[in-house]
Amino acid sequence: MLEVNNLSVQVGGKTILKDINFNIKKDVPAVLFGPNGSGKSTFLKAIMGFEGYKIAKGDIVFKGQRINDKSIEDRVKMGMGIMYQHPPQIRGVKLAQIAHFLSDDRKHIADLTTRLSLTEHMERDINMGFSGGEMKRSELFQILLQDPDLLLLDEPESGVDLENISIMGKVLNEFLNMPGKSALMITHTGYILDYVRSDNGCVMIEGKLWCVGNPKEMFTSIRKFGYDKCKECAHVQG
Amino acid sequence: MISARSVRMSRGEMGKHIESDEESVLASSGMDATETTRSGSFLQKDSHASFSQSLIPGVEILDIREALEKIPEAKEYYGKAFTSLKRDFPRDTEGGYFVRVKKGVTVELPIQACLFLKSQGFKQKVHNLIIIEEGARAYLITGCSASAAAKEGSHVGISEFFVKKNAFLNFTMIHSWREDVTVKPVTISLIDEGATFVSNYVCLKPVKEIVMYPTSVLSGKGGRAVYNSLILSHPNSVHDVGSRAILAAEDTQAEMIARSVSLGGSVINRAHIKAESPRTKGHIECRGLVLTEKGHIHAIPEMESDMRDVDLSHEAAIGKIRKEEIEYLCSRGFSSDQAQSVIVRGFMDVNILGLPEMLRKEIEGIEEKNLRSSF
Repeated sequence: MLEVNNLSVQVGGKTILKDINFNIKKDVPAVLFGPNGSGKSTFLKAIMGFEGYKIAKGDIVFKGQRINDKSIEDRVKMGMGIMYQHPPQIRGVKLAQIAHFLSDDRKHIADLTTRLSLTEHMERDINMGFSGGEMKRSELFQILLQDPDLLLLDEPESGVDLENISIMGKVLNEFLNMPGKSALMITHTGYILDYVRSDNGCVMIEGKLWCVGNPKEMFTSIRKFGYDKCKECAHVQG
Repeated sequence: MISARSVRMSRGEMGKHIESDEESVLASSGMDATETTRSGSFLQKDSHASFSQSLIPGVEILDIREALEKIPEAKEYYGKAFTSLKRDFPRDTEGGYFVRVKKGVTVELPIQACLFLKSQGFKQKVHNLIIIEEGARAYLITGCSASAAAKEGSHVGISEFFVKKNAFLNFTMIHSWREDVTVKPVTISLIDEGATFVSNYVCLKPVKEIVMYPTSVLSGKGGRAVYNSLILSHPNSVHDVGSRAILAAEDTQAEMIARSVSLGGSVINRAHIKAESPRTKGHIECRGLVLTEKGHIHAIPEMESDMRDVDLSHEAAIGKIRKEEIEYLCSRGFSSDQAQSVIVRGFMDVNILGLPEMLRKEIEGIEEKNLRSSF
């Protein structure tokens, strides 16, 4: 579904990602680990095509098409969607307004609103005064209504209480179990791994991908030995 | 002239006094010619009061000249707001409306007043007097507009509001002028104990110049004044607009919220809250979006007090639409033009006006029409 070939990305003239090679297949979500500042969010934003994330080298190919020069809007049309780590607040734009733009299915909107406990947030300005957990629920809500084939999830569970992680994990897992869906998700806490099945994990350190493997096993090892150990791993990408 | 003192209860009469080429511009200033959703109407074209009628008991609405002849209180209150502040006011006005809501009466549907510039170069100069008696509650919507022929006209509107003890008035003024019309309203409001005065100003059409700085004096304990404005400033338009509240009694409060979008015009947003009594509160919020290179917004929030026990605050922010907001909506599938339009519509949020749902929807409709033709 997604092929990343020899990708180098610059932000503000500084090279953040170096020679990344990475694939995501249909029905096989991928998990991205890595210390703070390693370039994980940059990777997601470059895939989504945000301004300021300049591709200096290499290609991003989505569903067989090179998308290096495509706008965010075009990438969304092709079936990509992103769940923000820190979404912006937009005064006067209601969550309900975006929900109804994303989907015509009122029942689906209502069901998802209830499941993600967002009933009271629908008529509020988006992300204004939302707690960390509320923002994540609202992000997940929107991206599921958007119904993309490839979900880019930037720390979907950070700041979310355990009860809501369980709800979000189940909702997300149901979505990813639908045929043809896939995801690239960043996690620090690993909680999401209890809900989403994946055997495609990798570690990013200093803008490079270092290691691939089963995410659960990798996460156990990272918890035990830290990220330094990852550099010694034999399964180096690229 | 038609007498308006008797309650005729005949909705739609106003429409008979509106010519077909005037309909759309009057509608764009919030006037409902069918009067289906109104409690009373007043219509003045240039200096001629064409029509007025009250549709419910307890509401008086008529030409000020007629009121001054027939209603003793009109005479008593005329000019009183100005003299109480030791300020002078022009005596050469022609027309304007008198509105009185009687003690304890709650008016659910808005009362409407329309001041219309009809002839080329006409200089309209009116004096309005509004009295909301003790415990009464009302919504008043004033639409000021100009015909296609009213080139280079001008409008000076003197308004005096008396919001008596525990009364409530939500006053919404919609300006729908032309690019060559000059407008200078002068307004003073006296707000008594426990009373609330909400003053909304909406201006979405081009204008040559608008200068206004309405003042509220809160002289009774627990009074409250709220000023909200939504301004869309077109190229070559100048809006020098603001509001002032003098918190002259204990526990009074004032709130001012201004939202301005410049499409190339110049907006000066003034706001001044003076806290003269203990336990008073004031908050100013000025927000501006500049969408083109030529646009100019100047926010001047002022607060002053000699007292210790007051709570005054302000926030002001001017800028373009943040790239992050556009990208966020694009990542949900909006085009960047759609994203900009959604953000501007959200910014010009009619909800800040505190209107009942029906009136809010009407004004949202007017705003939507204007924004659609501006982008």
